[in-house]
Amino acid sequence: MKILVCISHVPDTTSKINFTEGDTKFDTNGVQFVINPNDEFGLTRAMWFKEKQGATVTVVNVGEADTEPTLRKALAIGADEAIRINAHPSDGFFVAQQLAKVAKEGNYDLIIAGRESIDYNGGMVPGMLASLIDANFVNTCISLEVEGTDATAVREIDGGKETVKTSLPLVIGGQKGLVEEKDLRIPNMRGIMMARKKALTVLDPDDTQARTQAVAFEKPAPKGDVKLVSPENLDELIDLLHNEAKVI
Amino acid sequence: MSVLIYTESENGKFKKTAFELASYGKEIANMMGTTLTAVAVNAENAEELANYGVDKTLMVTSDELKNFNAKAYAHTISSAAEQEGSKVVIISSSANAKYLAPELAINLKAGYASNVVALPESTEPFKVKRTAFTNKAFNLTEINTEVKLLGLSKNSFGLKETSGAGAVASFDAAIPDNANGVEVASVDKVTGAVTIADAEVVVSGGRGLKGPENWGMVEELAEVLGAATACSKPVSDLGWRPHSEHVGQTGKPVASNLYIAIGISGAIQHLAGINASKTKVVINNDPEAPFFKAADYGVVGDAFEVVPQLIEKLKAFKSNNA
Ligand SMILES: Cc1cc2nc3c(=O)[nH]c(=O)nc-3n(C[C@H](O)[C@H](O)[C@H](O)COP(=O)(O)OP(=O)(O)OC[C@H]3O[C@@H](n4cnc5c(N)ncnc54)[C@H](O)[C@@H]3O)c2cc1C
Ligand SMILES: Nc1ncnc2c1ncn2[C@@H]1O[C@H](COP(=O)(O)O)[C@@H](O)[C@H]1O
Repeated sequence: MKILVCISHVPDTTSKINFTEGDTKFDTNGVQFVINPNDEFGLTRAMWFKEKQGATVTVVNVGEADTEPTLRKALAIGADEAIRINAHPSDGFFVAQQLAKVAKEGNYDLIIAGRESIDYNGGMVPGMLASLIDANFVNTCISLEVEGTDATAVREIDGGKETVKTSLPLVIGGQKGLVEEKDLRIPNMRGIMMARKKALTVLDPDDTQARTQAVAFEKPAPKGDVKLVSPENLDELIDLLHNEAKVI
Repeated sequence: MSVLIYTESENGKFKKTAFELASYGKEIANMMGTTLTAVAVNAENAEELANYGVDKTLMVTSDELKNFNAKAYAHTISSAAEQEGSKVVIISSSANAKYLAPELAINLKAGYASNVVALPESTEPFKVKRTAFTNKAFNLTEINTEVKLLGLSKNSFGLKETSGAGAVASFDAAIPDNANGVEVASVDKVTGAVTIADAEVVVSGGRGLKGPENWGMVEELAEVLGAATACSKPVSDLGWRPHSEHVGQTGKPVASNLYIAIGISGAIQHLAGINASKTKVVINNDPEAPFFKAADYGVVGDAFEVVPQLIEKLKAFKSNNA
């Protein structure tokens, strides 16, 4: 089985979010970038397929040269090779088109992406990619088994979960549950050394035009002070929730 | 030309988000000088939509669509959009809507903006505000395609009653062959319980509650309030509560009217996921807990004393206001 894991390169969850150039660009100053958490679960699941079922694992990112450390980290975790499409990931459709080209040319059986990336929260790349290459698609995937070309996946739905039967070629939008938090891998010294020797191929993008454009950013208005209620006077809390906030 | 909304239902009944979508869609239709059409699958009582401005509802009745199927549903919606010549198509932010949206965008050659929180700032060019960085910021997105697809965040617009023409027509779209590639084998859904996605009120517990055996009071508080229960990430990682209850940046987003956090410190990743909630209450025995900076109301106190009392007082309040 040939697996392609789509990796988006995002600010660490603890990052303070700021903007520059008249609030039109994300300010990367002092920001630590990481593998998108949803993709980290997917990558770890891919490692399981590699070790238990002999799969090969390629990681791919659409991004400029600054994303290479993130791809090297994925190689250090155990991916066999990496591909970077050298372009600014301007919107979900543009990214999906670039990935579709890689997916078709490489004939991957299983494409693991994340439910959403935590920067732009588009939640659209995996579904668009599946549609563009006419593969099956399971979103918010929390469990995946593959036998031959048959796959069984569990997807999270509002209020529960759903088990689906599907087949390869398959794209998933994965998240926590694909593997447990405690099973996530941290690169070790040997992995880091080996990653240096693995291939990282850089490809040029095609001429797809983005369909959407982020034109400006803004931060939420600062919050007013909290109203404290004494634990001896919880009636006041109920009164505030009923008469002031009007939520009960 | 009409604006098209996909109105979701459960067991035939429209969800509240269907009415919110109608309220929102109607205003866009007004901005663009056109009418509002809804497409509904296996739903009843189309006339309810007219109270929120829907001029025409396309009712799809099909056994094949009994189970949700992203490709089949996306195809149904895109066929409706094509029939109506819709240039703006709006869906919700439910798990199912987010599942079908990318397929729908490809079918319609549409630019797609998800997590939209306001009316478009302008319709030519089409610019709309959405959340980004998991609620740590907003972003104004311009959509450049002829057809625009918007995913509206829950509770971001609210309900606005206004009357629509309320015509009803049946609608039928062939199901594409490739829809059979993903088949539902079983559904495991809590019946009766309020889900985090639909809840108006969410009661959430953190590591401050010490162990799973102490969740009785969280559940009871939720029951009194008709709320869904949720938890912080470590609580689900420790196995005290199911993963499906984990809320935050890497868990589920919460956009309820009221969010009550009990024994949760208020780490940045937790707050990012719940910030879209309208009113936030924190109960924590440490006055320095960061959650107090993010909350509207706070009680500095021991959850094991405060919560049981709150339950009793809420019960009394409910029976007085029933
Ligand atoms: C990559 C990454 C992603 C993450 N994503 C998320 C996420 O999506 N969601 C999330 O929740 N977290 C997330 N986290 C974890 C986050 O950083 C915090 O560790 C977590 O939110 C803390 O959970 P907590 O508040 O329940 O526990 P703690 O931080 O341990 O806080 C417990 C609180 O309970 C209070 N307390 C103790 N006893 C009592 C009592 N008797 N009565 C009242 N209060 C009491 C304490 O004062 C304390 O404030 C993420 C972390 C990382 C690194
Ligand atoms: N620039 C990118 N390069 C590679 N994969 C990406 C990129 N952007 C998004 N993805 C994949 O698509 C998923 C969903 O991203 P998004 O649609 O942007 O929320 C991510 O979790 C990744 O798996």
